[in-house]
Amino acid sequence: MTATSATESTLAIQPPREGLTGALSDLLWRRPGLLLALMLTPPVLWLGIIYLGSLFALLAQSFFSIDEFSGLIDYQPTLKTYGELFQPSNLDIILRTVLMAAIVTIAAAIVGFPIAYYAARYAQGRWKALFYVGVLLPLWSSYLVKIYAWKLILAKEGILTWVFGKLYLGWLLDAWLSLPVIGGNSLSVSYTGTFLVFLYVWLPFMILPTKAALERVPVSLLEASSDLGATPAQTFRTVLFPLALPGIVAGSIFTFSLTLGDYIIPQIVGSSRLFIGQAVYAHQGTAGNIPLAAAFTVVPIVIMGLYLWMARRMGAFDAL
Amino acid sequence: MRSDRQNRAPLALKIAAGAGLLFLHLPILLIFVYAFTTEDKSYQWPPPGFTLKWFAVTWNRPDVWDALWLSLRVATISTAIALVLGTLCAAAVSQTRFFGRETISLLVILPIALPGIITGIALRSAFNIAEIPFSVWTIILGHATFCVVVVYNNAVARFRRLSGSLLEASADLGANGFQTLRYIILPNMGTALLAGGMLAFALSFDEVIVTTFTAGQQATLPIWMLEELVRPRQRPVTNVVAMVVVLVTLLPILGAYYLTRDGDQVAGQGK
Repeated sequence: MTATSATESTLAIQPPREGLTGALSDLLWRRPGLLLALMLTPPVLWLGIIYLGSLFALLAQSFFSIDEFSGLIDYQPTLKTYGELFQPSNLDIILRTVLMAAIVTIAAAIVGFPIAYYAARYAQGRWKALFYVGVLLPLWSSYLVKIYAWKLILAKEGILTWVFGKLYLGWLLDAWLSLPVIGGNSLSVSYTGTFLVFLYVWLPFMILPTKAALERVPVSLLEASSDLGATPAQTFRTVLFPLALPGIVAGSIFTFSLTLGDYIIPQIVGSSRLFIGQAVYAHQGTAGNIPLAAAFTVVPIVIMGLYLWMARRMGAFDAL
Repeated sequence: MRSDRQNRAPLALKIAAGAGLLFLHLPILLIFVYAFTTEDKSYQWPPPGFTLKWFAVTWNRPDVWDALWLSLRVATISTAIALVLGTLCAAAVSQTRFFGRETISLLVILPIALPGIITGIALRSAFNIAEIPFSVWTIILGHATFCVVVVYNNAVARFRRLSGSLLEASADLGANGFQTLRYIILPNMGTALLAGGMLAFALSFDEVIVTTFTAGQQATLPIWMLEELVRPRQRPVTNVVAMVVVLVTLLPILGAYYLTRDGDQVAGQGK
């Protein structure tokens, strides 16, 4: 092996180094496995014990059940708690969350694509940096401040109502709010509001991977397509979009997963009907039903597992 | 010329991209206007008048200062832990080949890939089982766990660019492992680690989802804000705090961008 031959040649030329650090340095050079172990042990211990340990402890609790009369946890392994997930009210919560996550993901792909495409293909020099920072800043600015900003925007007395009023379009807003399901008393207590905030908060997560994928599309391919007589729409459908798809799928992993697990946005902007995250929060908190809360957390894990598996098959991980 | 035409964006694309950027930025700018409004009972737009009064009111609020102080302490210690763990992990993964390498990188990314509520409730129930009382350290345990990935991403990207021949040259010239670390590796890694640390700091400073589960009765600044969002009591103070938080997080992000902008991987991608 290379390690032994290196040792021998070192010994042939030089005496061992002096001093404690020298000896230690030689030891680590001779035994790369020891160095590797030294480097890996702290992070693996930390993540393994603190993170994986608590994760498995939580998942184990989903196989317990809660005694309906005493409210105490019954430590007999059972699948009863998972059965409760399939009650209509809980299924409703799961469906509502998955549907919202899907719609937010599609909308983010549509809104994000032009920004990503412009930044990847046309923006030059200073504009390129500006576009990049322009996506990065909203991505990293405070999550709660962003939600708060939307609370200001969507409030009945807020800027959006004012803009619609100034444009003499107040009737349009009222008509939208009077629609079933997506409407409500005001935007800040409707699904429309929840959707807008989700879209706003997760949009940068879609733009960055899409842009990365688009940057790898050679311009000559697009030129060849138009030389061969394709209209811009055809070029988009048959060349640009399929090549950008891995990036979009990579972005959708974030938008989908983040929407699935969020419990703060629907709590602050939205109707009183629960999302998965809120259900988990409610069951572990006031109700003290840790087993059901744990079973609920398995839902996003399973959905994300399936999603990641499909994304991997579409080559999304190369675009991350 | 033909190539000229090819390099100009269609008008529709320009409008869509511009509108998208405005959509991303106008809400944050709105916060700045609201910090100066004289209205204190509702979110009325346009503001009836402008005043600097609320800055003075906020300055004299001990609860805001306490929350800020706790957030800064948590972010500093979490960043320090994440820097050590993330760099070690990145060095191991990028400089060596070993069995289970892919598993290690998955393990690092997992806390950020799974929804935060899962991390939060898992830690909460683990603290319950182990009967650990809530303290600053329970918050830090959670924060450091998901900050590792940010440092790790930045460090891995830089390690990839660090040519192996540099390390060999250092050894050939007689440097021992620690000298190579001190004179070759650390200077080359410096800006990447600084950028990773800044982003980890920003991430921890802003985190609320995991924190609600690990804080108990303590209030970090985001928890303070969350309480104001759920039950608005002090709207003008919240407006001012929101503006200050935007400004405070802006600096590390811009700093991290400038430190890594010519890198092959960008700092913010891994959040």
